[in-house]
Amino acid sequence: MKTNSNDFKSQTLKNTRKLGLWTAAWVITMALASFGPKFLWDNNPVLSSAAIILNLILGVFMIMANRTYINGLDELQRKIHLDAMAISLGAGVVGGLSYSLLDTTNVIPWDAEISFVVILMSLVYLVTVAINQKRYL
Amino acid sequence: MKNRLKVLRAEKDLTQGDLADALGVSRQTVNAIEKGKFDPSLPLAFKISRLFEQPIENIFQFEMEES
Repeated sequence: MKTNSNDFKSQTLKNTRKLGLWTAAWVITMALASFGPKFLWDNNPVLSSAAIILNLILGVFMIMANRTYINGLDELQRKIHLDAMAISLGAGVVGGLSYSLLDTTNVIPWDAEISFVVILMSLVYLVTVAINQKRYL
Repeated sequence: MKNRLKVLRAEKDLTQGDLADALGVSRQTVNAIEKGKFDPSLPLAFKISRLFEQPIENIFQFEMEES
């Protein structure tokens, strides 16, 4: 009876670990590219460019690992994540543009940073996945 | 869509985890199909049909949704 069991479980675990590693690498190089110029190499443009390029390359690997992870899920799990992606993309576009409008119309006194959109999309994604997981329990 | 998955699984004395393992899906997916919360794709329905050695229409019955 147990034909696909270990395949599916071990492959999902492998894909999850791979995604976690690439994400960690991307986050670390993002921190390096953000804080390195000020604290490590005194705004040297060559080192700053190298750090940004490294971050970009690792980001591409992270995207590919995420694609592999999603494709390795079963059909219900893929549906859950697709739903979460649709909602978080919409929230990011709508929320991000509204936030940008608040800035350009001087309703808010500070600059609208792109990090707000990333945080918004991440939180919406997490919450939507959690809600959908509960729905199909 | 209604289905007899839970009955067929019980007849074979399988847990949801056993069935999920045999189908190569998560236990959550088996549970969602049994409860009618999720309709499987055609390839997964064929896998279930082959596993229980029954025609698909003996396992899944289409229901018209009332509008």
